[in-house]
Amino acid sequence: MSVAITKKKKNIPQQNFHFNWKEIKRNFIRHRAIFLMSIPVLIYYLIFYYAPMYGVVIAFKDFSPKLGILGSSWAGLKHFYDFFNSYYFSRLIKNTLLLSFYSILWGFPAPIIFALLLNEIKYERFKKGVQTITYMPHFISLVVIAGLIKDFVATNGIINDLIVYLGGERSNLLINPSLFRTIYIVSGIWQSVGFNSIIYLAAISGISPELYEAAVIDGAGRWKQVLHITIPSIAPTIIILFILQIGNLMNVGFEKVLLLYNDSILETADVISTFVYRKGLLEFNYSYSAAVGLFNSVINCILLVAANFTSRKISETSLW
Amino acid sequence: MVVKKTIGEKIFDFLNILFMAIFSFLCIAPILHVLFASFSDPLQLMRNQGIILKPLGFTLKGYQLVFRMPGILTGYKNTLIYVIGGTLINILMTSIGAYVLTFKNWGYTKFLMILVVITMFFSGGLIPSYLLMQKLHLTDTRWALLIPGAISSWNLIVMRTGFMSIPASLQESARIDGAGEWTILFRIILPLSKAVLAVMTLFYAVGHWNSWFGAMVYLRDRAKFPLQLILREILVQESQTATVSQFSQVIKVGELNMYKPLIKYTTIIIATVPVLCFYPFVQKYFMEGVMVGSVKE
Repeated sequence: MSVAITKKKKNIPQQNFHFNWKEIKRNFIRHRAIFLMSIPVLIYYLIFYYAPMYGVVIAFKDFSPKLGILGSSWAGLKHFYDFFNSYYFSRLIKNTLLLSFYSILWGFPAPIIFALLLNEIKYERFKKGVQTITYMPHFISLVVIAGLIKDFVATNGIINDLIVYLGGERSNLLINPSLFRTIYIVSGIWQSVGFNSIIYLAAISGISPELYEAAVIDGAGRWKQVLHITIPSIAPTIIILFILQIGNLMNVGFEKVLLLYNDSILETADVISTFVYRKGLLEFNYSYSAAVGLFNSVINCILLVAANFTSRKISETSLW
Repeated sequence: MVVKKTIGEKIFDFLNILFMAIFSFLCIAPILHVLFASFSDPLQLMRNQGIILKPLGFTLKGYQLVFRMPGILTGYKNTLIYVIGGTLINILMTSIGAYVLTFKNWGYTKFLMILVVITMFFSGGLIPSYLLMQKLHLTDTRWALLIPGAISSWNLIVMRTGFMSIPASLQESARIDGAGEWTILFRIILPLSKAVLAVMTLFYAVGHWNSWFGAMVYLRDRAKFPLQLILREILVQESQTATVSQFSQVIKVGELNMYKPLIKYTTIIIATVPVLCFYPFVQKYFMEGVMVGSVKE
């Protein structure tokens, strides 16, 4: 493509990176207005995204605020070893992975199924009403969601009213370690299934009606149309979102866990990111905490690259 | 095309509508429960079991008490500052960034694009960000909640995709007429991108309205706390001293247990209703705001 452009107009340079300094200089002068415009954005990114990435070096140092990042002495991989050998390591890994795994298992297919079902509804006003109502929970703040959960699962809350009605006994469900994951995932689905279905509905609305018409002529019923047209057509969207989910596996809903957990359910509720928060900002173990955070990010990156690679091999859909 | 429905299809359609109706009810029921509870008589509320689908008695006592609590009022004021100021910064920075990124055929834009995309998958993490904010002397200032999130890379990419759908010939002819880049952005691109702007404004504004973690980490001074942080004290950490002192400013200790649920429900309503009233107006543009698939060039 770049070849075609250079042929048509000689003064438009190629898209590829090539360090022809003269040309780069000429470009900056010719497009100086754009260049000037980009400066605030560039500075913002360098300070607020890239400076913290540089700050990660404290994971390999014994950081002390007095000495600063450069002044603090190197500690090598000490903090990583400390973490791997700590009592909490296996518990944190297990909790993070299980919470994530169950969130994906139940939470990922839910909006897809919801979008497919909603798409089958032909009464436009009913459909729009359902959408407006089911998007609603997405806009409620996590603080309020956590407050609602606490109130509903409390000993005298409405979930317990239901349990008693069904013949069970009252208890505070939020101090029961074996129920934390269920509460977390059910409330997560409640909050996000409607809103997360939007992207699939958008993908479905982009499917050409001709495909369905052809299918009807071939005698396909509605079920066959969904199976052979709708689902294959939105498959790339599903795959892309799945890859992104995998790349976020270790970052379970940190804020929600932080709001919901308490000392009696730490054995199932404590995840890596909440541990980073406690160690770093409550106990001021900056370097140790940064090391744990970095470990988390690296695992995420590896998972993302692996998922993307696998998908590209199998389905030819990938992020890059 | 009219195709006659089979009996199986009719049954499916019926069950599908029934399912959607039940699911919608499940989505809205907790909100209705809280709304009706906030108007209910506190004594009846205490005795009540199960979900509330109409107010039990009627009282505005909860709202009177809540608006007398000093934390709530300053929280509301602060949240408005963060939502309005923060969203303005967000939209300004994101549209400048998105406009720059639509500029093709130039190695520099490609470099910026890579810079942006990397941040979608990798970040320094909590501790380095916190230390940076300390170093910049932004902790315990309002700027700590306004600047660090100025651009979300996801929104930047979505906005760029929106800008790219505008025919390039419009920009070219404006440029030939002597318009500068700022004029093109503010006079041509933005007025033609209302849908994407509406969605971005809503997402950013709701993000500011609902955020609490940044405030918890960076702010010490209670006079700067946003509403969500005060809510967290009331809803999530009921027993802590800050919360008890909040309550004790408006009610006697003896009445605390009676009015506490009412105050909780009322605060939820005043913190949630503004957002819930706002989003349906932007809803029709949502589909354009979620085209993440276009990250790929």
